Amino acid sequence: MVANLRPAFVVAWRETRDMFRDWRIIFPIVGLTIFFPFLMNFTAKQVVGYVEQYGANLLAARFIPFLLMIVGFFPITVSLVIALESFAGESERHSIEPLLSSPLTDWQLYLGKLLASLVPPILASMLGISVYLIGVYRSVGWTAQPAFLLQIFLLTAVQALVMVSAAVVISTQTTSVRAANLLSSFIVIPMALLIQAEAVVMLWGSEGILWWIILGEIFVSIMLVRAGIAHFNREELLGRELDVLNLRRSWAIFKKAFIGEAGSFKEWITVEVWKTIKKTAIPLAFSLLLLPVGLWVGFYVSDKLNLSSDMFNLSQIKEMNAGIAPGLRESGFISPGAVMYIWLHNLRVVLLATLAGVFSFGVLGVFILIAPMALLGFLAQMASFAGIDRWNFLAAFTLPHGFLEFPAMIITCALILRVGATMVTPAQDQSISDSFLRALADWLRIVLVVVTPLFLIAAVLEVYVTPYTISYFLSR
Amino acid sequence: MIQAEDLSKQFEEFQAVDGIDLQVGAGEVLALLGPNGAGKTTTVRMLTSVLRPTRGWARVAGYDVVKEAVKVRASVGVLTEQHGLYDRMPANSYLDFFGKIYGMNPDARQQRIRSLLEGFGLDPDDKRPTGEYSKGMRQKLALARALIHDPPVLLLDEPTSAMDPESARLVRNAIHGLRSANRAIIICTHNLPEAEELSDKIAIIRRGKIIIQGCASDLKQRFLGPAEFEVRFNADLNGSVPELPEQARLTHRGDNWLRYQTEQPQQINPELLSQLLANGFPVVSLQEVSRSLEQVYLQAINAPETGEEISDGG
Repeated sequence: MVANLRPAFVVAWRETRDMFRDWRIIFPIVGLTIFFPFLMNFTAKQVVGYVEQYGANLLAARFIPFLLMIVGFFPITVSLVIALESFAGESERHSIEPLLSSPLTDWQLYLGKLLASLVPPILASMLGISVYLIGVYRSVGWTAQPAFLLQIFLLTAVQALVMVSAAVVISTQTTSVRAANLLSSFIVIPMALLIQAEAVVMLWGSEGILWWIILGEIFVSIMLVRAGIAHFNREELLGRELDVLNLRRSWAIFKKAFIGEAGSFKEWITVEVWKTIKKTAIPLAFSLLLLPVGLWVGFYVSDKLNLSSDMFNLSQIKEMNAGIAPGLRESGFISPGAVMYIWLHNLRVVLLATLAGVFSFGVLGVFILIAPMALLGFLAQMASFAGIDRWNFLAAFTLPHGFLEFPAMIITCALILRVGATMVTPAQDQSISDSFLRALADWLRIVLVVVTPLFLIAAVLEVYVTPYTISYFLSR
Repeated sequence: MIQAEDLSKQFEEFQAVDGIDLQVGAGEVLALLGPNGAGKTTTVRMLTSVLRPTRGWARVAGYDVVKEAVKVRASVGVLTEQHGLYDRMPANSYLDFFGKIYGMNPDARQQRIRSLLEGFGLDPDDKRPTGEYSKGMRQKLALARALIHDPPVLLLDEPTSAMDPESARLVRNAIHGLRSANRAIIICTHNLPEAEELSDKIAIIRRGKIIIQGCASDLKQRFLGPAEFEVRFNADLNGSVPELPEQARLTHRGDNWLRYQTEQPQQINPELLSQLLANGFPVVSLQEVSRSLEQVYLQAINAPETGEEISDGG
């Protein structure tokens, strides 16, 4: 194993040495590492002094760790530039071909480039954090808890890993640095949003959530590395036509995958769509497993919140019941408009979940199933506090329309997982965009033929049947 | 050492290489000639397992280019069309890097680097980055990179391009030396005299297909007819024409010279020479008329496409 890793280290070492011959890389790394922590120290000192005047010591206590995270993050932004350049730059300078003609395996070359992009910025980041910690101790006497320090070190490392692994994927799929830089928005924007979320978490003082963020980022990094290696293609790195946007070709691939070999609509439904359903069998089984997981999350959260049973008075609920059906009729809920509203809402959720799934290798797509199931579990548990059997509650509130809506959700979740899995699965002679277009065609087949009609019928039942079953159930 | 059958590569709608058959043994040099975009580089890239054939197969140094790609790449030294050096590295470090990639031990590496750099007239102790090298020096360094691991198979794309005549001679001598050392070599070049000098076999490729293949003299015979010889005399013939043997055909004549073609020069030339001397013709010299490969190349490239290998001068 070590012998297999050696060539990757050789590549990484050469790249690192080469990097340190370039002042355009050295300057920001050294500058951000040395200058920035001093600036942050100064800022921390000023902020602490300012907020203490008004007795807002809590704000000061939260602000110093937040600046620590920022100090760690800034040097790793350099890693993005290095990683974007890793393959695309070599391809542009034609120095990639001797490497591709050498006995390096795909993963050795990939790992070497990854390490070269990752290690120097992380080291710079650690150095910056150390400088900041020493400075902030000397100026305001603040010291970090070891667990928190570990959290920040890990957070910085995984943030760098996410950015680098995503940038290397982009770099392998483009043939010019310019194109790679343009595509880097797909990394910069989600990372900016993530940093904002982390800032909120830290200012809120919920450091425990940071562990989940670290875990999530590790998972996304693994998926990105896997996607990078799966779609690493020597031919494409030597190709020159890749950066040309060929909409006609993309449309042809999508159309061919969507229609398949079918000669008629009937054949398309019975043969082609059925083929896709069969291909989705494994993600479907996995999605089915997520149903009880979602419910369990709901039960767990409501138990954890330790809500008082007084909050859910059965007699109060039953009193409210008398007014439910007339109220819904008067408000115009029981109408075709409500059907359309629910149907379009569900379709919008499908689209948004797919979009989130595409950017997270299917991971965020599971929320289309887990989130509503968790909500149902939570409500069922609350109902049980009020003395209603939670399974009866679930049956009355969800079954009339749920027997169609749940399958639609499960299928959607499976489709999103499949799109995500396609991105990280090696496909012979297929670029990442070709694989994606084919998976998207499969997604559209099932969404059009199965999911959309199921949601429509479920919406009709939800408007015209479910309110009455709820009312009947509560009146018993 | 290099075997290929029906080797083909299609890029979407474009057929870059279409059913190439090749065979290059140890100690043999094949020159792959053809216009730009004919498929030479694609063929070389398939033989180095960088591109995957869409049809056919190839074995290099005994390894399958698809199933044993890593072993193929370890057995091949490639001089790429663009030398692709790392501009900020000195020559020594550059070769050292590739030596490590090929798994050479430090002593062997340093020894090999020194001998290669010195052999190509480069200074092994030069600390300048290669970005400051001239084109010819860069080309020599790239060639040294291809040879660093002493591979049994060499695929060289334009090995002497951008070199001054002295350096080009140095490289050609090196290629002769490698052939003597039993290396199998494929050279892609537009330099036809060089191809003729270096190669044992020539293959001309056009639109992805090999249209002719053979040794230079055979190709010349096929395209330009039998070998032509010239006899010179030390006096005018004054209209008398010497009688030629049946298997020789007179092609041109002047006051004190004549040219003839024959398919059996080994038999006819001594016979004719003794006949001329016996009949009192004052022979000064008898030599083969040189015919350039360029004529063969141009005829082959401009021949109408039939889908078959071109069989003769047409």
